[in-house]
Amino acid sequence: MSARRIFARPARFAAIAPYVWMVLFFLVPFAFVLKISLSQTAIAQPPYEPVFDPMAGWDALKAALAALSFDNFRLLASDDIYMFAYLRSLTVAVTATALLLLIGYPIAYGMARLPKRWQAVAMVLVIVPFWTSFLIRIYAWINILQHDGLLNQILLALHLVSQPVVWLSTDSAMYIGIVYSYLPFMILPLYATLAKMEPALEEAAADLGAPPWQVFWLVTFPLSLPGVGAGALLCFIPIVGEFVIPDLLAGSNSLMIGQTLWLEFFTNKDWPVASAAAVVLLAVLLVPLLLYERLQKRQLEQGR
Amino acid sequence: MRKASRLSRFNVASLALGLAFLYLPILILVIYSFNASRLVTVWGGWSLRWYHEFFNDRAMIEAAWMSLRVAVSSATIATLLGTLAAVALSRGERFRGRTLFSGMLYAPLVMPEVITGLSLLLLFVALNAERGFWTVTIAHTTLTMCFVAVVVQSRLGSLDRSLEEAAMDLGCDPVRAFVSVTLPLIAPAIVAGWMLAFTLSLDDLVIASFTTGPGSATLPIRIYSEVRLGVKPEINAICTLVIALIAVVIVIASLASKLSSSQGESAAPL
Repeated sequence: MSARRIFARPARFAAIAPYVWMVLFFLVPFAFVLKISLSQTAIAQPPYEPVFDPMAGWDALKAALAALSFDNFRLLASDDIYMFAYLRSLTVAVTATALLLLIGYPIAYGMARLPKRWQAVAMVLVIVPFWTSFLIRIYAWINILQHDGLLNQILLALHLVSQPVVWLSTDSAMYIGIVYSYLPFMILPLYATLAKMEPALEEAAADLGAPPWQVFWLVTFPLSLPGVGAGALLCFIPIVGEFVIPDLLAGSNSLMIGQTLWLEFFTNKDWPVASAAAVVLLAVLLVPLLLYERLQKRQLEQGR
Repeated sequence: MRKASRLSRFNVASLALGLAFLYLPILILVIYSFNASRLVTVWGGWSLRWYHEFFNDRAMIEAAWMSLRVAVSSATIATLLGTLAAVALSRGERFRGRTLFSGMLYAPLVMPEVITGLSLLLLFVALNAERGFWTVTIAHTTLTMCFVAVVVQSRLGSLDRSLEEAAMDLGCDPVRAFVSVTLPLIAPAIVAGWMLAFTLSLDDLVIASFTTGPGSATLPIRIYSEVRLGVKPEINAICTLVIALIAVVIVIASLASKLSSSQGESAAPL
């Protein structure tokens, strides 16, 4: 037997503890979400009608199955608020991902063209903001965007506007916040593919007479598509369920699904409806999630 | 040299603007935390007044202490579990349930936090667990061990496996080969993983909001409820302290990876 196979046996045992943990605290909780999304709302603590009591045996199970109700999902489908929230979440996520790509690509491209030494420095500089608190970074923008904040002061001083512009509680503020928070997630996968690219390919195209934009569009961009895909998924999926950024920066007249879920849960204390909203959100994200997992697996398991 | 000429003016401009965009807001926040004026937007000279205010704010201090305890405990458990998971995935070859295992590990990296938080809370309620320090710690461990696993796994993947095999050819059993050869080589990634888990836990608002109980708010929860009421210079001071703490953590992490990774590649992909 090869050393590799002998090594593999105890390595497999290493899976036991994390496996049990993830089943218990990641997989099983979803079963609870699903179950409670099918229960009735109740004014109680916890605020839902328990659907199934595992101690009561087979008859109880049959009774419980009969009592399952799709009312919460019917409510989600019939009430415009939820439909709008899902649509808005998707629109915001698509727009923000496009913006991130537009802004992140030139930065990643510039990084990949730096001399090797400086590439490492640039990478650290892009990663560091990811380490600093999400909430703090949003708060930093509230400082800048508020009525008498720095942005309005600068705009007024330059006579670009005659009156302070209302930035907070607008969609522009929200997009600024999203782009700012997710930019490292877009840049890093883009940079990873661009840095691996063979520079000779671009040079060959240029030598054969292609103008720079054609070199970029016909050679560089198509070759960077795996990075584009990874970056887009890495941003799109969490943005759809985003809560903090729209809550603090966008106005309150149109809510994203993460906000409605939060509201149902914390303000209205309607756990079944919140759970149903989570189930639908998960269903919407299932395809992008599976795509992302395949990508991540390929990247980590077939060497980099 | 070809390399120098590859960098166009457009490249330089986009890099400079991009980095300015990433760093200026944080810099402004830090500068205004030293502002003597109560108005966040008017400069009233340098002062440590808001830091003083923070250290006299009992509720804030308690929340910060709670956050630190949760971050240290969850990062430690997460590093242990995440490293084990990474070893199993990158050295375990095929095993039963491997696809489900890797799926469960990669999904939380992008899963919207509202879903993770809500589902864990429903579990805790069903188990009748008392919500507070331990429930938040378990929730953060679940999230951050996935990040640790990815960081350590990518380090294991770039490692030369003939080193382990050589140790075993020379008579080490697998466990001994792992402890004396593999472990020292992946140590920087493990340290980086712990640091990442620590900062992620310190940062988290959504999952903590769902899984904590009354009376045990974490720092982000306190900050969030203050921020909703508007900008306060005291918040700038707290944020600056958190940034300073994280900066120290990053410096330690990068020193650790420099000290022991002589193979050129950086340990942390994130």
